[in-house]
Amino acid sequence: MGLFDRYAGLLEAYRDVRTTGYDPFQIRMERVLSPTEAIINGRKMLLVGTNNYFGLTFDPSCMEAAIEAIRAEGTGTTGSRIANGSYTEHVALEQEIAEFYGKKHCMVFTTGYQANLGLISTLAGEGDQLLIDADSHASIYDACKMTQAEVVRFKHNDPSSLEARLRRLGDRPGNRVVVLEGIYSMLGDSAPLREFIDVCKKYGAYVIVDEAHSLGALGDNGRGLCESTGVIDDCHFIVGTFSKTLGAIGGYCVSDEPDFDILRVTVRSYMFTASLPPSIVASVRQALKVVKAKPELRTQLWSNVATLYEGLAAKGFKLGPEHGPVVGVHLPDRMTAIGFWRAMLDAGIYVNVAVPPATPNGVSLLRCSVCAVHTKEQLEHMIEVMTGIGRQLGVLDDRTLRVVGGAR
Amino acid sequence: MKHGVTICHFTRNRCFWHKVTAHPRALESVLRTAHQMIVETDGMTDTLERARVSGQSRGEVIREICRHLAPFQTGERPITGGTVIAKDLTIDSLAIMDMVMELEDHFDISIPMNVVAEIHTVDQLADTIQKLCARR
Repeated sequence: MGLFDRYAGLLEAYRDVRTTGYDPFQIRMERVLSPTEAIINGRKMLLVGTNNYFGLTFDPSCMEAAIEAIRAEGTGTTGSRIANGSYTEHVALEQEIAEFYGKKHCMVFTTGYQANLGLISTLAGEGDQLLIDADSHASIYDACKMTQAEVVRFKHNDPSSLEARLRRLGDRPGNRVVVLEGIYSMLGDSAPLREFIDVCKKYGAYVIVDEAHSLGALGDNGRGLCESTGVIDDCHFIVGTFSKTLGAIGGYCVSDEPDFDILRVTVRSYMFTASLPPSIVASVRQALKVVKAKPELRTQLWSNVATLYEGLAAKGFKLGPEHGPVVGVHLPDRMTAIGFWRAMLDAGIYVNVAVPPATPNGVSLLRCSVCAVHTKEQLEHMIEVMTGIGRQLGVLDDRTLRVVGGAR
Repeated sequence: MKHGVTICHFTRNRCFWHKVTAHPRALESVLRTAHQMIVETDGMTDTLERARVSGQSRGEVIREICRHLAPFQTGERPITGGTVIAKDLTIDSLAIMDMVMELEDHFDISIPMNVVAEIHTVDQLADTIQKLCARR
């Protein structure tokens, strides 16, 4: 058997994805103009699939902070946090994030993926039981491959399914560690966190909540679902990323656990990779200040979410279950999703296409992510374009079109 | 010389038959236990109900697995104990994990992901389910 023979099925699926002449997984941003516009294939495109929830990638104060940091400290640290890669600014960033959450400790990682990967696989060790939501992000699944703990999945967003699995463990020894996400990245739905926390408390389980897509978006101060549901104190570990709302890259974990700092010499994805470059640390510190100082960005984001979600729903699109910065549009199958995606690209709009096996329950989706700085006109234009394509592809049940067709 | 005795338990609307073969002295104790069971019906009902659920018959387990795999059947080829789940059926790894979750809830057991990774055939899955049911 050849090295790549095992990927025969995937190759075939990938060939399907590329039949429209464009490869959605190899799109090149020729030039990014702003948080909402870029040149792709020589054309200006509206970006509605970049996770750039507050549009801070082009915030002048964040950009200036990064430029200043490069001038002062160079382009990179060339070392890990446990060697030469811990600068005063890394520690300051950690303190600021800990303060933001009102937690005692914080560790910063080079990516959000590495934060989940290292933290989850280290916290749940041999003899422990790790319980994860069925729709968990790849970084959580990959942590499950690395851990020595026993891993069990429970049904997506279903506290009773988690409870059944905790109950079945009975009095078996070992720590129970439960992993949840604030907002799920494909359909944009949020976890019933309070109900989950109640179950975890009942069975004495530790809780890790990943706020990657909810940082900034949820809670009065933008701390995420743990804040909006009032359970920050009950979350043993809160994980997040700098690569969405904060417009850069990196990951973090905050906690009140007294011995938290031992993780700095046990979590391998923290120890054996270079630390964040000074420019990133500087822009993230500034972005966090902007999040605190400008709650109107959150208001604007949710107003835009309502425009897009309600607009698409009114046209008859089948969407994710609730308003969220991620708006998932259900399409009947893989080829329709790819055709729809390509038609949108031709119409000058970039969104993500998500098809099995990267999606829960084998669904095919157009994954849109809303930005606080999208204008109402941009979103209304997008709804119009999607409605047109939806009719052409027969995704929308449209009577008007049939009447016109019949009159010909 | 060994003697046999057949004991019948009634619990709710079900009936269980056990054939016990043993030395007469041992049989005496079996009968004593059986007598106690009849006297203490209330307590025993729950115990026996648990025994009924945990002691899943092979046929029952296989039937339940096949019921969940039927949508992924290819052509006319029947699903048997030897069916290699990931290879002989049109089911991807995520759908396998989802099916396992349904089976977990049906049999009230948990099958850890690393155990699922080692399971290839319907027979192996049935073995795991029976083993976990018995351990409950």
